Amino acid sequence: MLIYAVCGAGIGTSVLLKSNAERALSMLGIEAEVKAVSIEEARGTNKMAQVVLATPEILDQLEGIPAEVIAINNIFDLGELGEKLKATLS
Amino acid sequence: MLSSYFAAGSIVTQEASPSFEAAVSQSVSLLVESGKAQANYVDEVLESLKVLGPYFVIAPGLALAHAKPSDAVIQPGMALLKLATPVASGSANDPVSLIFSMCSPNANDHLDMLGDFGELMSTENVMNSLLNASAQSVIAEILFKKRFN
Repeated sequence: MLIYAVCGAGIGTSVLLKSNAERALSMLGIEAEVKAVSIEEARGTNKMAQVVLATPEILDQLEGIPAEVIAINNIFDLGELGEKLKATLS
Repeated sequence: MLSSYFAAGSIVTQEASPSFEAAVSQSVSLLVESGKAQANYVDEVLESLKVLGPYFVIAPGLALAHAKPSDAVIQPGMALLKLATPVASGSANDPVSLIFSMCSPNANDHLDMLGDFGELMSTENVMNSLLNASAQSVIAEILFKKRFN
């Protein structure tokens, strides 16, 4: 499974989101590849992820992409990340 | 070590800021003052805020202002402006009192920095301690892991 962690620039928020999503996934025992990408990369890629993680403010920029989009409010909260990933993936 | 990315003088505490935009501008300017980025990086971050909204308010009370890697960045760096009176950004995580900023010249040189930052901020009590801290010296101790191990 491929998961995108998305932010405006693809180097800050998304990188933090990626590393904490990986930790949350490993706590859940779910195997997945998480990639940090910019909005443009998330919209322009052929290899689409199944799940996209982003902060709420950029959700409308991700409208229409063929993936399940999850909004994360607190990217340092492994509990929130784990719960939302679990709800979407199971 | 996170401490190697914060130049001397790049953690500032103050009472308040007139707006979130002003706070972001001030925080990013700390990167410029400490030689991590050139002045136009401030404009790039403000432009990103204008176009995308306050998406870099990534946790309750905390922003991580940044823009894409560009020629305006000299080396990876971080800075922090801590406001005693939080400011509204328009994000669900309002109000914001910790305005971090970061810069990187490319997509790789800052990964260790963000790894350390993410790990620290996910550690229990770190976020609350930072939100409640008012002294610059206490904030530095928390960030540089002299309080939480």
